[in-house]
This record gives sequence, C-alpha cells and structure tokens, in this order.
Amino acid sequence: MIDSRPFRVAIVGAGPAGMYAARHLLEPPAGTYLDGRLVNLATCPVEVDVLERLPTPWGLIRGGVAPDHPEKKAITRVFDEVVRRPGFRFFGNVEVGRDVLPQELSAWYDAVIYAVGAAGDTHMGIEGEDLPGCYSAREFVAWYNGHPDHSDLDIDLSVERAVVIGNGNVAMDVARILTTPIDVLERTDIADYALAALRASRVREVIVLGRRGHLHGAFNNPELEELGELPGVDIVVEGEDLPGDGEVVLDDADAATLRKVDTLRRYAHRPIVGHPRRIVLRFLTSPVELLGHDRVEGLLASRNHLEHDPATGRLRARPTGEEAVIDAGLVLRAIGYFGTPIAGLPFDDHKGVIPSADGRVLDHGTPVPGTYVTGWVKRGPNGIIGTNKKCARDTVRSFWADAHAGRLPRADTVDAPTVREIVKQRQPALVEYDGWKAIDHHERQSGQVLGRPRIKLTNTTDLVAQARCHQ
Amino acid sequence: MAFVITGTCVADYSCVEVCPSNCIHPGPEEPGFEQAEQLYIDPHECIDCDACLEVCPVDAIFPADDIPAQWQHYTQVNADYFRSDGHD
Repeated sequence: MIDSRPFRVAIVGAGPAGMYAARHLLEPPAGTYLDGRLVNLATCPVEVDVLERLPTPWGLIRGGVAPDHPEKKAITRVFDEVVRRPGFRFFGNVEVGRDVLPQELSAWYDAVIYAVGAAGDTHMGIEGEDLPGCYSAREFVAWYNGHPDHSDLDIDLSVERAVVIGNGNVAMDVARILTTPIDVLERTDIADYALAALRASRVREVIVLGRRGHLHGAFNNPELEELGELPGVDIVVEGEDLPGDGEVVLDDADAATLRKVDTLRRYAHRPIVGHPRRIVLRFLTSPVELLGHDRVEGLLASRNHLEHDPATGRLRARPTGEEAVIDAGLVLRAIGYFGTPIAGLPFDDHKGVIPSADGRVLDHGTPVPGTYVTGWVKRGPNGIIGTNKKCARDTVRSFWADAHAGRLPRADTVDAPTVREIVKQRQPALVEYDGWKAIDHHERQSGQVLGRPRIKLTNTTDLVAQARCHQ
Repeated sequence: MAFVITGTCVADYSCVEVCPSNCIHPGPEEPGFEQAEQLYIDPHECIDCDACLEVCPVDAIFPADDIPAQWQHYTQVNADYFRSDGHD
C-alpha cells in the first residue's frame, strides 16, 4: 500500500540525464509522452532532491557542449522550468561518496536515481600514451569549458601540429576550438584562461584520425558541415578511397551517411586556399605508438584496410602493415568517454556502466530495491542531449511500477527538512538553486560588458563565494 | 510549405509530443531514435500549424520560407530522411 506522504527521490547528478529524470518524476499536468500519446504516470506527489558534485548544475551542457554552440545550451530552459516545479531542490557542491554515501541516500530516500554520467575515458592502450603532451579530449574539453576539476590542466599549445585520435563529435569540437580564429572565440563563454592560451597558440594544423573509412565517420552532419564554414581554416580530406560521385557506397547507407560522404567529397574537391590554419581529416589510420623522450614528439600510425568481420557481419579496420610517423607535439584521444565506479554500487568494468535492467540497478542479476540509473551510466556514452529524455522516462516508469507494487524500501525515509539539515552539516559550502542563480547572474553580468554570453568562474572557491552573495 | 528542423535540434522531442499530424520522426518509440542526430518533419504530412515551433526548447524549427541562411539546405535534409526511410 502507498501511504499518504509524498515519495522522496534523490537524483545524483544535475546533467541532462538527472534533470530529465526530475522532469519526469515531477510530471507536468499534461503527462508523459508514451506510445504516441500523453499519459499520467505520476499518481502521487513526489519530492526530488538533485545532488550535484559541482556548485553548478547542467553537467555537460555547461562543461561539455562547445562554447561556439550557444544555441544548444538553450536546452537549460527546460531544466530551469523543472526547478520551479513544487517539490524540487538542488544540492550543489555535494559529492556522493565523499559528503554522503550511497547507503545513506538509500536509507534517507524511497528511491535513488544515479545519473552520474561517465567521468573517465577510453584509453588507446598503446606505448607512450602517458607521455606529457597526450591528453584525453574529455580533459581538454573540460579545460576550455572551465570545469573546476580541469581548470589547471597544463596544455602546451606552443606546438605546430596536433593530432586528434577518433573522429566523433568531440573530436570535431576540439579540432574546431584549436583552429577557430580568436576573435570568434572571444564572443563565446570559453574559459578566460583557455582564451588566453589559445590566443598565444602556435597550432597551425590539426590532423583528425579515423580508424575506418569515409563512410564510417563518427561525426554527425552538422559538426562535419560547420568545419567548412570556419573562417581562415582550410579543410583537407585525404584518401584515395573516398567514393566518387554517383558511386554506390553502401547498400544500406541512410540519408545521414550519404550526406556525410557528399560533404567529404565537396571538401576534397575544394581548392586549398593556404589559410593560416588547417584541419586534415585522415581515414583508415590507427595510432600504434606515441613517440618522444620526455614529451610527445610524434605518433607512429598504421594504415588500415577494411574487411568483413565474420562474427558481426560488419566492416572492421585491419592494419595493412604500412606505417608512418606523424610529427606532433600534442595528441588528444577522442575515442569515447568511459564510466567510473561508485563505491558501494555494482559496476560493469567491461562496459563502464552500472549494470541495470529497465533502469533498475542489478547486483549479480538481482534488482537492488529503490536504486536506479539513467543516462550514460545506464546505457554508456552515446546519443545526443534528448536521447537522455527517453532514457530517463523509461527509468521513471520502472520507478512508478515499483512504487505501485510496494517494492520501494520506505521504512527509514527521512523528511525533506531533516535531509537538508544533514547535508548542510556534511557540506557547509552547500550551493542551492538560489546560489547557482547568483553565480549565473554574476557570470552573465561580467560577460555583458565584453559582449560575451558569460565569463565563467572556474574554481570551486570562487563559485561558492559567489553563490553566497545571494544571502 | 512546411516547417523544417535544423541542425540545432537535440532530439528533446517536445515537438513530437504536440504534433497533431504525427509528422515528426523518429519519435522516442521508433527505430533509429537512439542513433538519430536530429528529428525531421515530413513535408508531405506537415499541416503548418506551428505547434512544434512554439515548444522547441532550442529554437531549431523554422517555416520553410524563413530559414536562416546557415540552415537553408535543411529543407532537403528533412525531405531526404523520409525518402531513404521508405516513408515517402
């Protein structure tokens, strides 16, 4: 039986995954879109506390989306609207595993939804990967976006050539940020220190390596197409294997793939102007080893060919044996984010996710009562912002099914004022939503003077100090 | 004339939720949603009601005759999605 008090749910992580989960739990009167129509899933009141490790909300919208993509950041409107719904609270600067433990959350709340994303990244597993001068694109992105954990990253941009391993959207972002003229970046919310470093940058060429062929670029169309619009940047598409006009490329190629190949072909036919900077898209190439004594000086790369994998029926890249050295002082690996475990919760080391079924966390195949996941920690690091909306909806459906079936552990649940008191005790520098609004207001105001959307505060001390200004 | 979804789309599918003619795909239940780089409006099914434009949280939707220069080719991109998908 469901007693009369509201359901109390903690969500860990205030990125899109967590905020879409909050949005579905605090369902609007119109309901939730399911099987082609709007239905009401929430049958009783819910209170949601979102716990966030940083003093700032929105996860990768603030720390991941490229500074020259402000239009995508407008999605935070959706989250701001959720915040205003009755029952929502934001607990920023509170780290689960440090300030509060998962088992405590399980006791204090009827249910906990982990939406912690993927805090690590996939390694190449090659010699020299740990040399200074080789970073993950994840770190580089976090650095130029002013993430407090990465604001002191010591990136050396006094080199002329950078190599990006992988050609997904993150690879496109970093290639673009490394080559975009400074006066364009000066109009964005890129971190101030990154702006200064990029202003002094000597990087002239960025080579983006893709393991497979032109048909298998991991980038999306908008990201590929905007490269061609960069002022002062030549785009070089290499590869004798680029299919010619009208050539049948793949029997099952969809419109999006065909459009990518068209764009690559257009770039390949465009004259090289001799702009100050260039981006080279190189295909069928894998890193073999990073070269250098006390820092990265180059990369040994192998030429690949494609063959059918009999196991999967898909095309896979295989080395031809032909290898060549690329001189480069900066190597960024952009081959995927990877989840990191949370002490006290099950973890799949192989996939980098918390194992789950329909959003319910599984411990050796058995659901852990009242414990859920959504977003990248549930399904792995894939999809775009809105992919997380459906993902969150499905997790919230499981929550309601369990709530109605009496499967939630509700006996020790603590009321809202008591939880806030404990959290405030554990983390006196707690940043609540008003605090974030003070940060937000300050950042926007500082930006306005300079014609920028905002100037980010990039360390926790400054963020917390600013958050206190609202009091 | 129809409405057109441009490259700003993040697949939040608020538009799908309000579309009275079910002309925006792939919806969250449809194949390809998880892999989609954006959603698309079927120009043959769109009834020009502008409900989608009103709810898009990232202002990605425009009437076909008023698309910013940067996104001009998206009229074709939207149409092509339905051609290749066998919806045409």
